[in-house]
Amino acid sequence: MAVTEVRISIHPAGLNPKDIAEKIKEKFPDQVVDVTEFRDQVSVIVKKDRIVTICKYLHDDPLLSLDHLQDLTAADYLKKKEVRFEVVYNLYSIKYRHKIRIRAQVPENDTKISSVVPIWAGANWHERECFDMFGIIFTGHPDLRRILMPEDWEGYPLRKDYPLKGPEPENDWPGFTEVLKRSKELREFEWEG
Amino acid sequence: MIQKEAEKIFETRELNVNMGPQHPATHGVLRLVLDIDGETIVKVTPYVGYLHRGIEKLGESLSYFQALPLTDRMDYVSAMSNNIGYCIAVEKLLGIEAPERAKFIRTIVGEMSRIANHLLWLATHALDIGAMTVFLYCFREREWILDLYEMICGARLTVTYPRVGGVRNDVPQEFLESLWKFTDEFPSRILEYETLIDQNRIWLLRTKGIGVISAEEAVNWGMTGPTLRGSGVPYDIRKHMPYDAYDKVEFEVPIGTEGDTYDRYRCRMLEMRQSNKIIRQCIEKLPPGPVMADAPKFTLQPKDKMMPITHPIKGVAYFVDEKVCKGCGMCMRACPAKAITGEKKKPHKIDQALCLQCANCFVTCKFKSMKIVPGGKGLSDEKLAELAKASIPEDIVKAAEHLVAQFEFIKKGPKAPEGELYVATEVPKGELGFYFVSDGSGKPYRMRLRAPSFIHAGCLPRLCIGHLVADVIAAIGTIDIVLGECDR
Repeated sequence: MAVTEVRISIHPAGLNPKDIAEKIKEKFPDQVVDVTEFRDQVSVIVKKDRIVTICKYLHDDPLLSLDHLQDLTAADYLKKKEVRFEVVYNLYSIKYRHKIRIRAQVPENDTKISSVVPIWAGANWHERECFDMFGIIFTGHPDLRRILMPEDWEGYPLRKDYPLKGPEPENDWPGFTEVLKRSKELREFEWEG
Repeated sequence: MIQKEAEKIFETRELNVNMGPQHPATHGVLRLVLDIDGETIVKVTPYVGYLHRGIEKLGESLSYFQALPLTDRMDYVSAMSNNIGYCIAVEKLLGIEAPERAKFIRTIVGEMSRIANHLLWLATHALDIGAMTVFLYCFREREWILDLYEMICGARLTVTYPRVGGVRNDVPQEFLESLWKFTDEFPSRILEYETLIDQNRIWLLRTKGIGVISAEEAVNWGMTGPTLRGSGVPYDIRKHMPYDAYDKVEFEVPIGTEGDTYDRYRCRMLEMRQSNKIIRQCIEKLPPGPVMADAPKFTLQPKDKMMPITHPIKGVAYFVDEKVCKGCGMCMRACPAKAITGEKKKPHKIDQALCLQCANCFVTCKFKSMKIVPGGKGLSDEKLAELAKASIPEDIVKAAEHLVAQFEFIKKGPKAPEGELYVATEVPKGELGFYFVSDGSGKPYRMRLRAPSFIHAGCLPRLCIGHLVADVIAAIGTIDIVLGECDR
């Protein structure tokens, strides 16, 4: 039979994420802005200029081999941080079982960053979603279109300055007030059962 | 010579075929635009987003407790696993841990949901390819699991049974007995399905060598779960980053070699057997103890402790204790019926004829001057004062206070420390990841869901190109997508 059941051991993770962060710092001293740690997870904040080179190094280095792009997303820090957007790469090595998070700063006035699709093919839809939700433009992406929202949608929904609710229904449809009035009248009666 | 001339005259081009969004084999509302050359697929363009509900945006406006039911609505086929994934992520963010018994219960229900999901997958996948009988057999067993869910939480699909810090309630004994019976019978049921299709010539022809993807490529495309393991990559989060009770049970992980549809099918079939094994071990090892973490700052305490009386609002009257009231006017502004009157810095009064008993004033008052007494509408002030002297109100007041406390707690949410983290769990479809950015309040600043179906749907073009139109159906089935999760 082609399919076999294997016993995967539970052994501790490979490299300490702090060591990986040190390695990145050594290799790209002018690119790393900061390193933060929370609940044993380490993020390396980098400038966006050489993100592809950094990712390529992390993916190809035989000792790191971060081959699995767990997640690619963005976050909007409107009025919270100096640089408004951050593109977040969660990387994991299936072979060595260590992980690291890379956060690339993307300023508001220049929302362009190089695409990592040539490195991880799976980044394709993630980047499309980022573009759809935050308006971050990934240069070199093979097919950058909206993905979840309709193609003619205006605005970027997950930005912090995008409202949660749409306009009130009364403004859209005049019949709505009539329905509300009628339901108020009917509420006077007590329904049984 | 003639052929060359014919090519000049007749221009050839690919045919453009639209498949979906309403198609029985697309498992939801997935639209595929196929460019075909004869019967062969040249290009596939998937269109998703028809079920987009903005769960990530909604999550940012809701507290950590309130966002839990949203996760059911993602992968509605295995809602339990999504709940568990969310709870584990939030627990890790808050820095709490569920008690041992809750961990085992969550492992049990998580594996049940894996079986239920794989049964539905097998049923529909076989139905798409043309084997009707399997569908009926699979639903027989899935029904049993859903009945078991109903026994522990009252719901069958959107369960919301796990909670941040444990589970909602303990499992009853009948549940464990019925589940034990299920695990006794289930392996023989799997054999039944396999007799139907495993060596079936049509099944083999439709699945072997279809949608082949190599191990490196599958990792590169971001595939996870059984879809990845069919290509021979031993990546299972239950083993790589154990959560709940997975480090206390023994199980193997099925790995394929060919990376085709048939191997992925075999992986899932063997996975069901392993899940069965895990459930049996968990029932045997199930430790006694509480099912909710003892962390009142971060978790919801059991309801019977918080609220002895379910609805203390009706059948009571509110009145102002003149000794306590400072006359700040807060309750006057909060009252929707404008029943409260009074001047500034003088005790206010409630007009009992107008009072709606909405408890807004009770909640608003900072000085706790509002008193609750039993009684209906329209009592006179003398009668109220008399009732207030009696000893009955104490427990009602307490009940109302508990209710208000819980209400506020759910709305405000537990105070999470500032930071960000990504937590992944192994759901039946693959890796479900939650990425939280917390700014120190009770609501996530950014909530990101990494849905396996979304990434797998993105792999569709890679799996289909070069195959026939009929194999697109097999490819959609083999990656096991649910569009509710894909679109979020």
